[in-house]
Amino acid sequence: MQPDKLVRMANQIADFFKAQGQTSAPAEIADHLVKFWDPRMRRDILAYVDQGGAGLDPLARQAMELLPRKS
Amino acid sequence: MSLVEENDYGTPAVKSATTVTLTIDGEAVTVPAGTSIMRAAAEMGTKVPKLCATDSVKAFGSCRMCLVEVEGRPGTPASCTTPVADGMQVRTQTERLKRLRRGMMELYISDHPLDCLTCGANGDCELQDMAGAVGLREVRYGYEGENHTHMEKDRSNPYFDYDPSKCIVCSRCVRACEETQGTFALTIEGRGFDSRVSPGAHEDFLSSECVSCGACVQACPTATLIEKSIVEIGQPEHSVVTTCAYCGVGCSFKAEMRGDELVRMVPFKDGKANRGHSCVKGRFAWGYATHKDRILKPMVRARITDPWQEVSWEEAFAHVAKEFRRIQGQYGKEAVGGITSSRCTNEETYLVQKMIRAGFGNNNVDTCARVCHSPTGYGLKTAFGTSAGTQDFDSVEETDVVIVIGANPTDGHPVFASRLKKRLRQGARLIVIDPRRIDLVKSAHVEADYHLPLRPGTNVAVVTALAHVVVTEGLVDEQFVRDFCDWSEFEDWAAFVSDPRHAPEAVEKLTGVPAASIRGAARLFATGGNGAIYYGLGVTEHSQGTTTVMAIANLALATGNLGRPGVGVNPLRGQNNVQGSCDMGSFPHEFPGYRHVSDDATREIFEKLWGVPLSNEPGLRIPNMFDAALDGSFKGLYVQGEDIVQSDPDTKHVTAGLSAMECVVVHDLFLNETANYAHVFLPGSTFLEKDGTFTNAERRINRVRKVMAPKNGYADWEVTQKLAQAMGMAMTYGHPSEIMDEIAATTPSFAGVSYEKLEEAGSVQWPCNEKAPDGTPVMHIGGFARGKGKFVITEYVPTDEKTGPRFPLLLTTGRILSQYNVGAQTRRTANTAWHPEDLLEMHPHDAENRGLKEGDWARLQSRAGETTLRVKVTDRVAPGVVYTTFHHPLTQANVITTDYSDWATNCPEYKVTAVQVAPSNGPSDWQEHYREHTELSRRIAVPEQAAE
Repeated sequence: MQPDKLVRMANQIADFFKAQGQTSAPAEIADHLVKFWDPRMRRDILAYVDQGGAGLDPLARQAMELLPRKS
Repeated sequence: MSLVEENDYGTPAVKSATTVTLTIDGEAVTVPAGTSIMRAAAEMGTKVPKLCATDSVKAFGSCRMCLVEVEGRPGTPASCTTPVADGMQVRTQTERLKRLRRGMMELYISDHPLDCLTCGANGDCELQDMAGAVGLREVRYGYEGENHTHMEKDRSNPYFDYDPSKCIVCSRCVRACEETQGTFALTIEGRGFDSRVSPGAHEDFLSSECVSCGACVQACPTATLIEKSIVEIGQPEHSVVTTCAYCGVGCSFKAEMRGDELVRMVPFKDGKANRGHSCVKGRFAWGYATHKDRILKPMVRARITDPWQEVSWEEAFAHVAKEFRRIQGQYGKEAVGGITSSRCTNEETYLVQKMIRAGFGNNNVDTCARVCHSPTGYGLKTAFGTSAGTQDFDSVEETDVVIVIGANPTDGHPVFASRLKKRLRQGARLIVIDPRRIDLVKSAHVEADYHLPLRPGTNVAVVTALAHVVVTEGLVDEQFVRDFCDWSEFEDWAAFVSDPRHAPEAVEKLTGVPAASIRGAARLFATGGNGAIYYGLGVTEHSQGTTTVMAIANLALATGNLGRPGVGVNPLRGQNNVQGSCDMGSFPHEFPGYRHVSDDATREIFEKLWGVPLSNEPGLRIPNMFDAALDGSFKGLYVQGEDIVQSDPDTKHVTAGLSAMECVVVHDLFLNETANYAHVFLPGSTFLEKDGTFTNAERRINRVRKVMAPKNGYADWEVTQKLAQAMGMAMTYGHPSEIMDEIAATTPSFAGVSYEKLEEAGSVQWPCNEKAPDGTPVMHIGGFARGKGKFVITEYVPTDEKTGPRFPLLLTTGRILSQYNVGAQTRRTANTAWHPEDLLEMHPHDAENRGLKEGDWARLQSRAGETTLRVKVTDRVAPGVVYTTFHHPLTQANVITTDYSDWATNCPEYKVTAVQVAPSNGPSDWQEHYREHTELSRRIAVPEQAAE
């Protein structure tokens, strides 16, 4: 799916959880993505991260590290 | 079958803790203090003659038919206006009373057309009944004197006639308009002999302020106000109680029938959501059910530009099954999905999600709540533990201060609005938070204490500022918070909202709301007694929709306004069964009962019952489906009863997504806009043609009862079942009650629900289970479903949708009373008399700056697209804000809206779109292109062509 749209959505999620606490935010963001994003959306954003992940909020980027990757 | 008869007790019921015992015609009766003699008599089965009294409005005492004698009291008081007293001895039948009543009837009949045999109300006329009851045999005055029988009828209203020659000036209609509906459109014009009912000042009904709710027609004891359908068809001979298929109020109606022909829909007094009231849609706008546009045969085609070919049901099911299996074989199991309908029954939505999860083998199921109240589900589940409103509608009767935010109840939820206005007229206070000056801000005998006309997109800032005032001015209900919430979470939240950047003065420039108004509103809400918050899509359809829901929940928690009647957080749900469709597991991440698909224990329940392994991964949400289609990974879609091309945002993106799919199946009543991009059309059935249940905004599960056979041959649940069977599923329900039994067996909050229970109780509100066998009118009493109520930090994040030189105005969208959602139903009724086209509301300054006048055609343009529509110049909207509705497909308001959405749920940001408006002299290129495609797409091949 379009990386720019996925990045915008991930950054919106990051904005919310950032306000709840910087420390817990990456895990909360990752949990949200696991619970609500179809696997192909997670796959595509991880692929984008692998290409550099430009434009991703730093907390969202940290969250991506916590997402399970299918081998 | 026979007509469902309801007793008319003459005057409204009285609530009183003390009772009074009196004797009527020698028989003792005990009633609540304050009850009228008339009602006390009716409760013991004695009918006192009456004409001006009916139990939906207060006693008036004008007709003098209900006179009684009271031992020890002089004269003959009217029983409707005389309250009972302990030890009172009443006689309702004496020679003197008979004489007086007969004399009154003589006067009435001396000025009444004697056309009973050809009168539309023949057989259902209280005047006729009373003439019989009092034994009227002659009229000594004759009929030659001055009278009103020559007066002309007003036939302007599309649904009912007004015949002043039959008016007995009992004022029941005027009082119904005032007390029940709250519009105050009717009056008695003239004095003495010239007195007659009049809508407004020298206007006909259609031109007047009348909202055509039908309360006056319902109240009229003669044929003065009468449904045109009764005049045309005749009196019904049987009736069935069912539930309206329009908005989320869920009004109960008697469908009054003559054979299998619907004669009229009459609001059911025992309906617990509507209490005997109705609006123009539910009462009158049911003609779409038999409209000539209904498609009754299945159709298929290879390409969306081909003409449709009619096929048999079996061919259609086999075709869909083959196509979906082909797609899954070619592109993967996740390449197909479906959309459940919030207009269909609980049982039908349950079946669709079951077919997708168990038959398609994935969780690609979503519903229209995605684009309306999905943030409510997420927000309230986070705050309270349950994805639903906290109260019943009756609760408003105990409310002292109401906040209405992002909702327009008089248009969107009119029957609830009438109940709310009644409470406001009794003295409750009102705060409206809305960019537009909605009718509730100021209308007859209702005026908001505060209207906060915020800039679209700043809800979070305003609600957080309200919380700032509550916390910093010491207005928190600390005991409530300590008892029912996590104190340390509260402290964190209180510190957050107390920050000066959230002060009303700090956000005034951003929100456009004067700080003093925010402060005043917050103080009123926190200190005014029972505070209730009602909200709508103006809250949810934003990039921060979920955050606003949480901010609202915070405000209710901090002020202790939860867990009892009169308070609460109340989402006004849009469609008739949008609550139910969510309850039934229509979201891609949740099974029925809001249990996540990753929950092993829940999955095991369904896997055991359905006999297949189920996916533990969330599926695609509706907007994601279009993205995935354009990406090539999603190719097949089954859409039951939803017109996504017209209702979903960024129409060009939606149609591009659908065009990229290989098999789109539309299951609907009409060839809607989505069908223009479909390969298979499966005809749907109306709510009159099937059994089932709808769940309204107050979690009330109401029965839907079949009153006629499906014109297409199958109820929608049968169509889904046959499709599932064609795909190899063993689905063999014989009746929707069996589906409800399965829902109850698998879903804890529905464990106590069955058709037997609904027959017995009329309706129940979930949770209905062992802990709450009679249901739950008010939730979270003595604690929250999640344990402690949760305070959530609600940081304001401006939307990415910005105004600028190219697009300097903000568009916000909504709906109007007479039309419903995409208008597929209401546009096929006479409701178009009130709203034949979508209009662009624009402030006079903005219009003048652009050289636009009332009625001019204008081009409305955003970064997503453009359309044209006519301008309505009004100061209802603030400068810089424009507003339109989305009821008409030729306008396609959603060509303008963008693909921005709520952070948590992807609920689209319909309410904030940066636009420009300019004079126009014709349709946009998109409109021209769309019209051409529609004409091409809607062709149906005649059988000879089909055979070739």
